[in-house]
Amino acid sequence: MNRPSDWSLVWGQIRYQNKIFWRTPVAAFFTLVFPLMFLLVFTVIFGNDEIPDLGVTTAQFYAPALAVFGAVSATYTNLAIGTAIARDLGILKRIRGTPLPPWAYLAGRIGSAAYLAAIAAVIMLGVGILVFGVEVYPETLPSLVVTFAVGVACWSSLGMLAAAVSPSGDSAPAVTNATLLPLAFISDVFIPPGPDTPVWLDTVGNIFPLKPFVVAFQDAFTPQVAATTDSWLGHMHWAELGVMVAWGVAGILLALRLFRWEPKGGERVGKPAPVTADKG
Amino acid sequence: MRVPPAIEARRLHKWYGDVHAVDAVNLTIDEGEVFCLLGPNGAGKSTTVEILEGHRPRSSGEVSVLGYDPQTGGRPFRERIGIVLQQQAVEDVLTVREALELYASMFPKQRSVDELIDVVGLRPKAKRRIRTLSGGQRRRLELALGMVGDPDVLFLDEPTTGFDPSARRQAWTVVEGLSSLGKTVLLTTHYMDEAQNLADRVAVISAGNIIAEGTPATVGGRGSAASRISFRVSANRPFDLPDDLSVDRTEDGELTVTTTDPTRDLYRLTGWALDAGFNLDRLEVRQPSLEDVYLELIGEEAGE
Repeated sequence: MNRPSDWSLVWGQIRYQNKIFWRTPVAAFFTLVFPLMFLLVFTVIFGNDEIPDLGVTTAQFYAPALAVFGAVSATYTNLAIGTAIARDLGILKRIRGTPLPPWAYLAGRIGSAAYLAAIAAVIMLGVGILVFGVEVYPETLPSLVVTFAVGVACWSSLGMLAAAVSPSGDSAPAVTNATLLPLAFISDVFIPPGPDTPVWLDTVGNIFPLKPFVVAFQDAFTPQVAATTDSWLGHMHWAELGVMVAWGVAGILLALRLFRWEPKGGERVGKPAPVTADKG
Repeated sequence: MRVPPAIEARRLHKWYGDVHAVDAVNLTIDEGEVFCLLGPNGAGKSTTVEILEGHRPRSSGEVSVLGYDPQTGGRPFRERIGIVLQQQAVEDVLTVREALELYASMFPKQRSVDELIDVVGLRPKAKRRIRTLSGGQRRRLELALGMVGDPDVLFLDEPTTGFDPSARRQAWTVVEGLSSLGKTVLLTTHYMDEAQNLADRVAVISAGNIIAEGTPATVGGRGSAASRISFRVSANRPFDLPDDLSVDRTEDGELTVTTTDPTRDLYRLTGWALDAGFNLDRLEVRQPSLEDVYLELIGEEAGE
């Protein structure tokens, strides 16, 4: 018998998840268009001049920050909501009854989310570069790519954890928004860091994996940072990468422990219905 | 050499907390058999089936499906079974064909997607998104999804609930086709005619116990149960019925003879009518239906 290879199974799942994404306009809008609207709004409100404390233009600051935000939406938010809804609908249970290895299904979901995260970032940076004159520095590109890969992996694993702990598909958006949005406000996504930021808030931001993602990614777009060294290895943000790796590993381990393939109450608890003499 | 049964359960128990959902169930289903599990809601049908599918762990007992323990059989086991559950969705932004191709790609053995689309009668909908299908069409798609890996054992949990009569006939034809290919089918249903038409054997489950088992024609003593001869007498004068028949009379004038020997009693009755010059109107001899037997069985269990 020709058992399909693991690779072809995962690839098939990625393609199928992508297809579903493109056919779900709401998800596509929030992942790809919504962060772009922030960029437009910020550059209109603040003008695309230099931000005094940072020495970079508004777009040079926000395009990478929002690219990270889009990538986190594509992985964390989408994975959590999509997976929790699929569980509510019984799709996960159906998958469990097929020979598809469970890991291949989850790998397909994550692979698709990572692909969409990359698209979201490319669109954001593309608009930034072409419309708002955002500049890139070749010596920081390796750091940019590594940061992005590690960040996406970290937030995919946290997305699976959020799916695992969300009681239902209805509550998954609440779980993700209640965690991601407050974090975004203290992680240099919407508000540039200034001299007045309290130290403790800075510390809190650094503990969670969003600010390290944003800072490491933004630094690749900061000319003052780019000028410090020509060595691409010297641009790597080891501390920030370490924080994301730690969160990612902890997230996926917890997710694997807590993951459910059936909706809550799937183990049908309760008394059997009384026996009646009707046709039922 | 004896062929091992396709499905076997010995002293199967399932507890949900204090609730004994499945209580010492024994089942033996041979290869190629269509076996039907009947029972009221909450009787333990679905729990039993889900344990056999590997969806649910058992509390105790032995289970073997195609020689695998469903709980540990994993991928090799799932490559050989097909499951059609009651509440199970598929991403409805996919088309019928896309969904079938996706699920087929997971199996080493596959049935042709084109053939399956025809088998379940969804040819006109093949390129439509699943969300545009009617409820009955979706269930037929699920039937096709259950068969896409060319399974040796197919589990059908109430496969035709909500079907219109012609769609049900069509689904029955599909199941008959499977059994003619030597596939084993375990079916649960609420519909007695479905069991009657499809099943080689049926078992009635109530409160977690199998209370009767047999062919649709004999289950619960149906083969030897009393028949009912009902009729009316159109007579313009008083009459006495033969006194060796026990006759019940209803208010609207229908007469009923309950008998375990319908051949003799019918002969007595018609002989008497001919001799007396009476007509027996609306004469009918009725075996108890599967439904009569079923209702009596689960009624007894409920202590009625």
